[in-house]
Amino acid sequence: MASVISLRNVNKVYGTEIKTQVLYDINLDFEESSFNSIIGQSGSGKSTLLNIIGTLDKPTSGDVFINGVQTTQLTKDGLAKVRNESIGFVFQFHYLLPEFTAYENIIMPYRIKSNKIPAEVHERALELIHLMGLDKVKNNQATKMSGGQQQRTSIARALINNPRIILADEPTGNLDSDTTEKVYDLMRDINEKFKTMFLIITHDPRIAQKTDRIVEILDGKINLDLENKAPGK
Amino acid sequence: MKLALRIAWRFLTSSKSQTILIILGIAIGVSVQVFIGSLIAGLQQSLLDTAIGRSSQITISPAERGERIADYEAIMNDVKTAEPEITAISAVADSSAFIIANDSTFPILMRGFQFEAAEGIYKINEAIIEGTLPSGDEVMVGKEFVEEASLKLNDKITVQTPWGATREVTISGIFDLGVSSLNKNWALAETGLVQSIFEYGDEVTAIESQVSDVFTADVISDRIATTLPSSLKVENWKVLNASLLSGLNGQSISSLMIQVFVLVSVILGIASVLAISVSQKSRQLGILKAMGIRDRVASFIFLLQGFILGIFGAIVGVGFGLGLSYAFTKFAVNPDGTPIIELFIDPQFIIISALIALLSATLAALIPARSSSRLSPIEVIRNG
Repeated sequence: MASVISLRNVNKVYGTEIKTQVLYDINLDFEESSFNSIIGQSGSGKSTLLNIIGTLDKPTSGDVFINGVQTTQLTKDGLAKVRNESIGFVFQFHYLLPEFTAYENIIMPYRIKSNKIPAEVHERALELIHLMGLDKVKNNQATKMSGGQQQRTSIARALINNPRIILADEPTGNLDSDTTEKVYDLMRDINEKFKTMFLIITHDPRIAQKTDRIVEILDGKINLDLENKAPGK
Repeated sequence: MKLALRIAWRFLTSSKSQTILIILGIAIGVSVQVFIGSLIAGLQQSLLDTAIGRSSQITISPAERGERIADYEAIMNDVKTAEPEITAISAVADSSAFIIANDSTFPILMRGFQFEAAEGIYKINEAIIEGTLPSGDEVMVGKEFVEEASLKLNDKITVQTPWGATREVTISGIFDLGVSSLNKNWALAETGLVQSIFEYGDEVTAIESQVSDVFTADVISDRIATTLPSSLKVENWKVLNASLLSGLNGQSISSLMIQVFVLVSVILGIASVLAISVSQKSRQLGILKAMGIRDRVASFIFLLQGFILGIFGAIVGVGFGLGLSYAFTKFAVNPDGTPIIELFIDPQFIIISALIALLSATLAALIPARSSSRLSPIEVIRNG
């Protein structure tokens, strides 16, 4: 299967006078429609890795390829286009725009791409809202929803442009265990239904157990990379 | 662009009280500008009216003292056709003389007017407080003069020329030109009477005129001078009233200074509020950037906020300014109910004030727009 994400010798050093190396020569490939997790202690560099993959941060050296495009060579506008069309982000905090309703938040990445909202995108937004169980709150302001609803809204938002990649940084870090369960089941469903590749950061081993591939980062290096033959569902 | 407008509008409407405060801030700046501008313009207008409204603004007279103008009809016709900006033109025969009344002698200036034409300059009809315009052997004298000489309407007085010739005339009317020196020293008569008493024949001593825009009087005056023979000289009010002119200029400059400082404070106000709003909205900006909004669009969100605030601020401000001006003319009044200062409302000035406010609000938004463009999404994501 083809790689949608490739990292080649990625190093990341913070600071100019006092240098702190966070990532050491990372080489990784993730295949399309796979369901992966990255685990590691806090401070291990896993979030930095995700931000570099998501083009939000730049590696100090090395190359990153998204869908075969070398993102380290792109302009800021080029990076913005990659983020808008190829990547969906889900963060630990929902990061919804509080001035907008759930529906408007979900549709926002499409508006960034194009001024007009065609009927099928509107339909897709409603389908995602239904899939996430947000029918009742779709016209609520982002601030007037529960934590679980907010996080599901942000997942729907990540999916609206039909990206091939979803990057999720501790997506359930702020949710109770019941809601966590639901959100994971949803992500699994989407993975199967839309063939979207998922890369989930977590420090919770029980969640990692449910993914097909687990990469462990320790002190900025890949410590473990294993296929999970029988992911617990 | 449409997206930036949509987001800008939502940002503004979702923090209403802050938005209203900024709009009020801009509006007060604009209203002060409109009010001060109209006030100063009104002041200048009334000052000009008092000072030169009832006098010759461009005067053609013989270059040599004691000379007179013979072909004045032809000159007046030529000037009138060549300079359409001249609103009134009239020939006048002047001479200093004495009036003997009740055994006293008073020095006066006899002015022989073509009353119909001179009306355009001196508005004599409005100034008559008693009697009528003189004709034939009649003169009109001023309010202060009749008081000083204890005269009344229809009294007979004697006009004496500098070389001693005399003529008896009747007082047909009493005028009040609003300036006591004129009321005291002028005696008005028809040109014909003055010409006959002072032996001018058919000649006059000067041609007087007014123009539509008083500030162009010097230019028109120079143009007229080139067409006239060198035996005639042309003078304008600007040369004769240099101190008035510099006073007016001083007023204009101080008015401009006030307006500039008001503008600067408006710009600083908007810039600082919008700068705060960038940091307030930095989280939202970071999210939008993570979702792939381009830096230019992100900057436009703030530019458009400045523009929208500017539009509403200018509209409300012009409304306030006009209201303030109206209230001023209604409440700051003389005992007779007329406003102390007639404001001069110039639509062009108001439109320019509004446009300047709009422009400066947008300019003030440039700084936050630039900083929003520099903001990196990772700062927001990393700091939660």
